Amino acid sequence: MNPLIIPLSHVLMLAALLFTAGLLGLLIRRNVIFILMSLEVMLNAAALAFVGASAHWGQTDGQIILLLILTIAAAEVAVGLGLVLQIQRRFKTLDLDVVSRMQG
Amino acid sequence: MTLALFYIAGAIALAATGIAPTRVNAIHALIYLVVSLLAVAFIFFLLGAPFAAVLEIVIYAGAIMVLFVFVIMMLNLGNRGTVVEQEMMNPSVWIIPSLLCLILLIELSLSIASLKSETNPIVVSAKEIGISLFGPYVLAVEIASMLLLAGLVAANHIGRRLSKMDQEKDEG
Repeated sequence: MNPLIIPLSHVLMLAALLFTAGLLGLLIRRNVIFILMSLEVMLNAAALAFVGASAHWGQTDGQIILLLILTIAAAEVAVGLGLVLQIQRRFKTLDLDVVSRMQG
Repeated sequence: MTLALFYIAGAIALAATGIAPTRVNAIHALIYLVVSLLAVAFIFFLLGAPFAAVLEIVIYAGAIMVLFVFVIMMLNLGNRGTVVEQEMMNPSVWIIPSLLCLILLIELSLSIASLKSETNPIVVSAKEIGISLFGPYVLAVEIASMLLLAGLVAANHIGRRLSKMDQEKDEG
C-alpha cells in the first residue's frame, strides 16, 4: 500500500468539505445533540487535515495533534452531554432556542 | 488503486456526514456519523497512518459515539419535539446557512488550490509516534491528561442532581 499516490490538496479538499458539512449541520439544527455531533464532525475534519499533512511530510507531529484532538473531543463531549442531561431535566426539551435565556 | 479507494471512502464520508443532520431521529444520525468516521479512519490508513486509523475507530467511532448513544437512551426522548424538528427542515431555515457555508467552502478550496503538492512516501509507524509523544511532546501528554481529568470533574459536577426540589420535579 503506497501512500504517496494521494495528493495533499485532495486530502485537504476533503477535509474542507467535511468541515463545511459539519458547520452547515451546526447552523441548521437547533437540537443540542445534533449540534454536539456537528462539532465532532468539524473536529474530525481538522484531524483529517493534520493527518494528511503528517503523511505528506512524513513527520509524526500531525498524528500527535490528532491524539490531542481526540482528547479535546472526549472532554468536550463529556461536558456537553452533561449539559444535555441538565437541559432535558430542567426544560423538558433539547431545543436550544428555548434555553437561550441566561438566568437561574 | 489507492487513489480510487481514497475517492470512494471520501465520497462515503461526505455522503454520510451530509445525511446525518437531516435525520429527525438522533440515533439514525449517529449511525450515519459512525459510518462517516469509519470512512475517515480508512482514509487515515490509506494515508500511511495506521495508528491514527485505529485510534479513530477505537476512540471516535467507539467511545465517543457510544457516549452519545448512552445519553440518548438515558433521555428517553420518544416522539416529543419531532414536529418542531420537522419544521426546521423547510428551505427558509437552511438556505442562508447553506449559502454561507458554500462561500466558506469556495474560499477554502481557493486557498488549497494555490498550494503545490509533491508527495513523500514515508509511512509513519506507531513506534515513531510513541518516541515523539514521550520525547518532545511529553508536556502535551501531561496537559492532555489534566484536560481529561478536568473534563471528568466538570461532567460529574454538571450532571449531578442539584437539589431535592429537582428530584421532586422529576418524579412529579
